[in-house]
Amino acid sequence: MITVENLTKRYATKTAIEGMSFHVEKGEILGFLGPNGAGKTTTMRIITGYMPASAGTVRVDGYEVFENPIDVRRRIGYLPENPPLYVEMTVMGYLRFVAKIKGVPKQNLNNEVARVMERANITDVQERIIAKLSKGYKQRVGLAQALVNDPPVLILDEPTIGLDPKQIHEVRELIKELAGSHTVVLSTHILPEVEQTCHRVIIIDKGRIVAVDTPQNLRFQVQGAERIFVEVRGPASEVIAKLRATPGVMEVRKVAENDGSNRFQVEGELRRDIRSDLARTIVQSGWGLLELQAASMSLEDIFLKLTREEEEEKTGA
Amino acid sequence: MRNVLAIIERELRAYFSSPIAYVVLTIFVFLSGIFFRTILSQVMQMGLVSQMQAQQLGPRPMDMPGMISRGFLSTMSVILLFMIPMITMGLFSEEKRRGTIELLLTAPLTDLQVILGKFLAAGSFFVILLLTTCVPMSVLYLYGSPASGPILTAYLGLLLYGLSIIAIGLFISTLTENQIIAAVISFGAIMVLWLVDVMAGSAESTTKEVLTYLSILSHLDDFTKGVLATSHIIFYLSLTLVALFLTYRSVDSLRWRG
Repeated sequence: MITVENLTKRYATKTAIEGMSFHVEKGEILGFLGPNGAGKTTTMRIITGYMPASAGTVRVDGYEVFENPIDVRRRIGYLPENPPLYVEMTVMGYLRFVAKIKGVPKQNLNNEVARVMERANITDVQERIIAKLSKGYKQRVGLAQALVNDPPVLILDEPTIGLDPKQIHEVRELIKELAGSHTVVLSTHILPEVEQTCHRVIIIDKGRIVAVDTPQNLRFQVQGAERIFVEVRGPASEVIAKLRATPGVMEVRKVAENDGSNRFQVEGELRRDIRSDLARTIVQSGWGLLELQAASMSLEDIFLKLTREEEEEKTGA
Repeated sequence: MRNVLAIIERELRAYFSSPIAYVVLTIFVFLSGIFFRTILSQVMQMGLVSQMQAQQLGPRPMDMPGMISRGFLSTMSVILLFMIPMITMGLFSEEKRRGTIELLLTAPLTDLQVILGKFLAAGSFFVILLLTTCVPMSVLYLYGSPASGPILTAYLGLLLYGLSIIAIGLFISTLTENQIIAAVISFGAIMVLWLVDVMAGSAESTTKEVLTYLSILSHLDDFTKGVLATSHIIFYLSLTLVALFLTYRSVDSLRWRG
């Protein structure tokens, strides 16, 4: 649905993004992850046709952004980082204006506005002046604006920023519902958001793509090993020996000791669940198994690791 | 076209949901009333004097309604010069400041549609402003019988003149995010175009001609005298077009700079 090739954007004094290429399938939710200033917003602005690229091409549904800007914009609903609201208008008046400039036919205008208000859950504030709404409502009016005319592609720049946890949950559910029939690209620097909503993640840092994969695969890629913590009541050295002999285990270390029980960190082969084997070994040896817990690396760790590696490569070179 | 209408409608609503429209209208109506009254009494006095002279020297015809309307409408052109930057200052600068420019520039609209919508919205508000002067002017029709020709051409001149200033203000509002700065710069630019013939006073003949030609008010004189000269119409239309073209280029560069 979206194909980005070799995208580069240079400003007068700095390069915002360089040589970025990726593809988004129809119906997919793609997450852009990166620190502030990494180039997320710039990339989205180029895809939406807000600004032209210095080099490279973007195709949306077969149309090139620079050559056929109107065809591309017709297919995109865009929620910028700051929702573009005319705050002196009512929610209804604003959405009617958006529907008009997006070319919704006159006879559908009321239905379409009612539909997006329903979708974004703002029907109850339709008569209110936008300036008087809370941040959460404003964000949802912005989201409703992006949904007007039901575009097949949605570009959402930090859609959950400024929302409370309940609203964040609602927006995430909405985005998940939209997937399938819509292609969604969203950016965030909140890592759990990507894990919970996105099918694929692009991690960008300093204008370059650092990694592209599913959240799960990214974890495997960076982690290098499955890590499990076990707490066992039994003699430390014997436990270590026995655990080491269990198939799939690569490394065992004692990490803590309390009151006759010991805590061990076990590293196992990648993509192999050794938890039941570990449990069996311990129980069959007659020791007490107090706790067994898989410690997966969070995307947060992965993100920090990837961006740090990038840094080291640069300083090393 | 429907897109352009939607933008015009939104801009006009924005004028009237902020104090700007009411302040500009009030001040303008107030000032035009005061000036009309002043000009009226001046002309009346001149009329009395010439009546007394007529008794001694024989009757001399005097077009009093014409003098009043000419004096009044050319004074209006100066007041409008101060009012129009208030109408145009927010057109693009507010969109930039609030980030709504991102909505307009990513909607399926061409830049030209956005610019035309805004230009015509400010133009419509200007026409409303101009129409308020019909109230004092109607006094002339109630108590006298002025020649309508020069009045109509004067209004046409004021319209063309106003639209060209609006186009200049529109261009300047694309340059900044601050509407006060947009207003001050527009005001300065218009003042330069107004006073450029004063500077011409001591210049060489060719330079003088050029500078006098550029003066934005000098082209209005013939309109108020009831003369429709193509050259003046072309002057205002070309000034408008140049300013709109600059606006177009400026919006384009807005995209490049981000």
